[in-house]
Amino acid sequence: MSVPKDAGWKDVPKAGRILEPGCADKYETGGWRTYRPVHIEENCINCLFCWIYCPDQAILVEDGKFKGIDYAYCKGCGICAKECPGKRGNKALKMVLDEEA
Amino acid sequence: MAKLLEIRWHGRAGQGAKTAALVLAEAAISTGKYAQAFPEYGPERMGAPMKAYNRISDEPITVHHHVEEPDIVIVLDPTLLTVGNVKAGVPDDGIYLVNTPLSPSEMRARLGLEGSKAKVYTLDATQVSMDTIGRNIPNTPMIGALIAATGLLELDELLEDTRRKLSKKLRPEVVDKNMEAIKRAYREVAS
Amino acid sequence: MSIRVGKTGNEAVAEAMRQINPDVVAAYPITPQTEIVQIFSSFVANGKVDTEFVTVESEHSAMSATVGASAAGARAMTATSANGLAFMWEVVYIAAAMRLPIVMPVVNRALSGPLNIHCDHSDTMGARDSGWIQIFSENAQEAYDNAIQALRIAENSNVLLPVMVTMDGFIISHAMEVMEILEDEKVREFIGEYVPENPLLDVDNPVTIGPIDLQDWNFEHKRQQAEAMRNAKPVILEVAKDYAKLTGREYGLFEEYRMEDAEVAVVVLGSTAGTAKAVVDELRADGVRAGLLKIRVFRPFPAEEIAEALKDVKAVAVMDRSDSFNAVGGPVFGDVRSALYDVENGPRIVDYIYGIGGRDVTPDHIRTVYADLAKIADTGQVENLLTYLGVRE
Repeated sequence: MSVPKDAGWKDVPKAGRILEPGCADKYETGGWRTYRPVHIEENCINCLFCWIYCPDQAILVEDGKFKGIDYAYCKGCGICAKECPGKRGNKALKMVLDEEA
Repeated sequence: MAKLLEIRWHGRAGQGAKTAALVLAEAAISTGKYAQAFPEYGPERMGAPMKAYNRISDEPITVHHHVEEPDIVIVLDPTLLTVGNVKAGVPDDGIYLVNTPLSPSEMRARLGLEGSKAKVYTLDATQVSMDTIGRNIPNTPMIGALIAATGLLELDELLEDTRRKLSKKLRPEVVDKNMEAIKRAYREVAS
Repeated sequence: MSIRVGKTGNEAVAEAMRQINPDVVAAYPITPQTEIVQIFSSFVANGKVDTEFVTVESEHSAMSATVGASAAGARAMTATSANGLAFMWEVVYIAAAMRLPIVMPVVNRALSGPLNIHCDHSDTMGARDSGWIQIFSENAQEAYDNAIQALRIAENSNVLLPVMVTMDGFIISHAMEVMEILEDEKVREFIGEYVPENPLLDVDNPVTIGPIDLQDWNFEHKRQQAEAMRNAKPVILEVAKDYAKLTGREYGLFEEYRMEDAEVAVVVLGSTAGTAKAVVDELRADGVRAGLLKIRVFRPFPAEEIAEALKDVKAVAVMDRSDSFNAVGGPVFGDVRSALYDVENGPRIVDYIYGIGGRDVTPDHIRTVYADLAKIADTGQVENLLTYLGVRE
């Protein structure tokens, strides 16, 4: 159950309580971004540090492997790119200006 | 007793004036009367002069202020006679009950009440409590003396209520000693 | 069948708490509330209650732990006085805003400084805008009765607000009086089983309580809180009605004492009301048409009802046991005077600040108030809007 943004005071749960678990899912933070991470397939060793360090839920993983980036949630913080060990010194994630990507 | 009876206790913090007031009120309440007991706290240190009050009546009591014109003044420690004015607000025919080895007439002189209508009672409550309880706890015998002097309660009512209360805290032989203290005070209070 | 006993105010409230048997009590001792916590902790130690007793290191933690317990779904209580209440401050507001039905006896004591341990109402008057329901008690009986009723008021689904139940420090808390207590089963039956709304411990229905609430929603949630306070008024009366069936003791939002045809009236809270009643009786015997209005429920403030009760009186004196230091008058004066604003040809109204820091208030003091009122009623003229009653000039 989500609360419509224009709901009146009579129609919302008391005291700002959130009665629906996991509803952070509905809050998209992708619009906060200036830079976005871009994945370079050949440099990825699937260590999944990016997935571990991502403060939101923007790194998608499937079957234990890097699957992609969910830009709806990526705030562009750059932590994934910073933590990425890459392959022989070549990072698998790099930050590029959002508008140029 | 149609009229509201007001009592002021003078003691030193730690001597049991507050406890005595509570015991008296509870005993009065258990006989169906209305009563209040409350202390006047100042600096709460052992030995500091302090006061406690009772109001006792057959009617409900609604007032909540210090007793200013007590019908009865009880002095637990005779050294307080030189510290505070125990006579403050007491009417001409007031009752004084003092813990002292002095006789009532000696105490009357000491209080400057010669020729007045005041009634003065004395009891060596310290001695009574040393002889019976074995410690200087003058408050218990002074309650016995008070009811003897005023007829406020029957002796049996007081003994019964006090026994019930003390039995929750004290060993039976100590309770018995307190009973003895009350009975002896009841007999020995002088007027 | 109730039981007639002699108890001090603190003993009476501790007894009510034993009978309520809350799930959690987190409290810190402070004069003059200390005995409540001490007596209650002995009930815990002796297995007389099932309460989880949390010995905290401060009142800030006492209220925080109580809020946590209440949010978890427990029936939670605490108790305090004066500086303890002040130390709880930020969490006091949070308890109300989170809509947690906590019941807290507050033994009224002057808020230092200069350092003082005796009664005035500056502590709870300071918390009048905190969103707590505030119920004042005249004596030990009322403190006991109000504490029990407070549970039902707080936990009502149309209310869900915390409640402070006050009594005057030392004057009531340390004074033994005659009162009646109910049997344990009667109290438990009256307060009923507590069914919390959205408890955190309901793991099948996970909820978030107390999230950040900014300009997009905070106003709506505060509006809800304001409505809950409005809803409390009928609930308080409903609960009082049920309690009267049980005890024969009737409570309203305020008590009108000999107000029929009264020309002059005093408005007062707490133990002084009892002293004032004796003065009213005296004046009535002398043919003076004197009355008394004792406010029991200060929050929510019964403005319309008070206006109705006072509309035909010629002169009203509000007695405030605290100053709001607004350079006008005390907090009760402000509210009562405002309540009377729309009454056409309403009474003249004056304020008396009294009893500060435990200063004893005697029938003589109250007689002077009624004497002033008689003069105002006669002339229609107010000489002193505010009088400091009993201060040495």
